[in-house]
Amino acid sequence: MSGSGQFTEKWLPIIGQAFIETVQMVSISLFFAVIIGIPLGILLVLTRPGQLFDNKWIYQILNLVINIIRSIPFIILLFFILPFTKFIVGTTIGVKGVIVPLVIYTAPYIARLMESALLEVESGIIEAYIAMGIKRRHIIWHVLLREARPSIILGLTIATVSLIGATAMAGLVGAGGLGDLAYRYGYLRYEVGVMYATVIILIILVQVIQSIGNRLATRMKKD
Amino acid sequence: MIVLENISKTFPSKNGVIKAVEEVTLHVRKGEIHGVIGYSGAGKSTLIRCVNLLERPTKGKVYINGQEITSLPNNELREVRKKIGMIFQGFNLLKTATVYDNVAIPLKLLGFSKEEVKKRVEKYLSIVGLEDKHHAYPSQLSGGQKQRVAIARALAQEPEILLSDEATSALDPETTDSILDLLLKINQELGITILLITHEMNVIQKICDYVYVMERGRIVEHGTTIELFTNPTHHTTKKFLSTIVQRKLSPSLISQLNVNGVVSRLTFVGESTGKPLLAEVSQKFNVKPNILAANIIELKNGIVGNIVVHLIGESEDIQAAIQYLRSQGVGTEELEG
Ligand SMILES: Nc1ncnc2c1ncn2[C@@H]1O[C@H](COP(=O)(O)OP(=O)(O)OP(=O)(O)O)[C@@H](O)[C@H]1O
Ligand SMILES: [Mg+2]
Repeated sequence: MSGSGQFTEKWLPIIGQAFIETVQMVSISLFFAVIIGIPLGILLVLTRPGQLFDNKWIYQILNLVINIIRSIPFIILLFFILPFTKFIVGTTIGVKGVIVPLVIYTAPYIARLMESALLEVESGIIEAYIAMGIKRRHIIWHVLLREARPSIILGLTIATVSLIGATAMAGLVGAGGLGDLAYRYGYLRYEVGVMYATVIILIILVQVIQSIGNRLATRMKKD
Repeated sequence: MIVLENISKTFPSKNGVIKAVEEVTLHVRKGEIHGVIGYSGAGKSTLIRCVNLLERPTKGKVYINGQEITSLPNNELREVRKKIGMIFQGFNLLKTATVYDNVAIPLKLLGFSKEEVKKRVEKYLSIVGLEDKHHAYPSQLSGGQKQRVAIARALAQEPEILLSDEATSALDPETTDSILDLLLKINQELGITILLITHEMNVIQKICDYVYVMERGRIVEHGTTIELFTNPTHHTTKKFLSTIVQRKLSPSLISQLNVNGVVSRLTFVGESTGKPLLAEVSQKFNVKPNILAANIIELKNGIVGNIVVHLIGESEDIQAAIQYLRSQGVGTEELEG
């Protein structure tokens, strides 16, 4: 009893701090990754052959760039783009320094997830709206994005979970977070209790995010 | 109303080009229902999609109300499309929207006022018989009901033309009939011109004034529905007819009967249905008709009767009798073993 009380007293502030850092990193980089990734995903679908804004060049280039970034593991990307990170945010360490690589890592992933979500929308429904004489931008917004909403939500859920995984490596640039805590105390200093606690928190975090995502998607789905 | 002039459409493919539609010309007059029938892959969908330029013809011209539309800029093409409703085999409804919204959203996007949208949605959902389903989602509806929503959505634009791409192909026979009745009602009460494609002869039979038979991208035969039912000439037309009318007796039976006479299929239409022609034949020509099979087909614009008779007698007498029947407007076709 007093043992666990001591444990809580000693570690709660540290774990709490790490939790806040993780939430910060995830939410800020998710925000920017969504702002970049969603339009890219839309562009990727619309410029496909036979789609509303069929454009071979844009499609091919986008496709290539996304594939290149997606094939680099996060840990390598993190160091690879250090100069770029410095240029954008002025530093390469701390939460600030890790946001840039996290965004660059996640945005193309979101673009791909968006792409597959949008491709699920049957082309027949889009044709029906073209046949009614409705403008393309209206079709994109009121048909394509609307119908894809459940899959978009699920895609963003997946992206968020993978983002949480990537933040674990943020410790390498001194950004802290739960993953870093588990690594430093659990692995390097063999404080098993801390490691278990952070792992449990991470599991709960992922569970909560996934079930919120699933529930939202089901509510929107209607079938 | 709709005029297609020498429409061809080719698709590039790995081994050369696919000629989906070749040199098709057709003319749908205002207020009529025309049908294109053909087997899978004949090019029907490609053809009907050329009417509202969902598919751009490689060659040829499309006239809607006298206006040539293949050269129109986008914004003017949209105006033309607003006058052409379209329904599909797969319904193409928004899964995430209620029945009400499925009809309302396009109207909103076309810029109608709130009151006008509400008025039209209610009006057309009640025309298709779904006034009690406003808040249902497509997944909660049967196939027939989904097609009704799609029809209401098309009608709500108040189009002059309705295009139907196999609208009943995914439905069971009874539901098909109810949708066909609805299309007929739309045609008669709202005066909407309809061009439909199908691979089912009963669709043609029930609602079409005029038929085009399509095969490998070409129209191989066309005429009024009555003409095609009484006097089919192309073998594909005959094959389609045989799905409705029994056109064949077993070869062994026919060759057996042909020993002392001829087995013939007689088609009666309009006037000739009223006369006791077979009785006259037996009096005038020393030929005894023996009825093997008979049926009546109700077409949209008339009734066609079919009798398969075994005409027993001397060969010259039989020929004279057949001549006489023809002169009375009866279609005749000798069946061979
Ligand atoms: N977008 C396309 N690209 C390439 N080939 C196509 C395309 N659309 C149709 N075709 C080809 O054109 C031919 C006619 O197809 P179409 O869909 O018009 O036939 P259909 O008569 O409607 O058949 P079904 O009854 O199966 O719907 C087919 O050989 C088909 O493979
Ligand atoms: Mg088809």
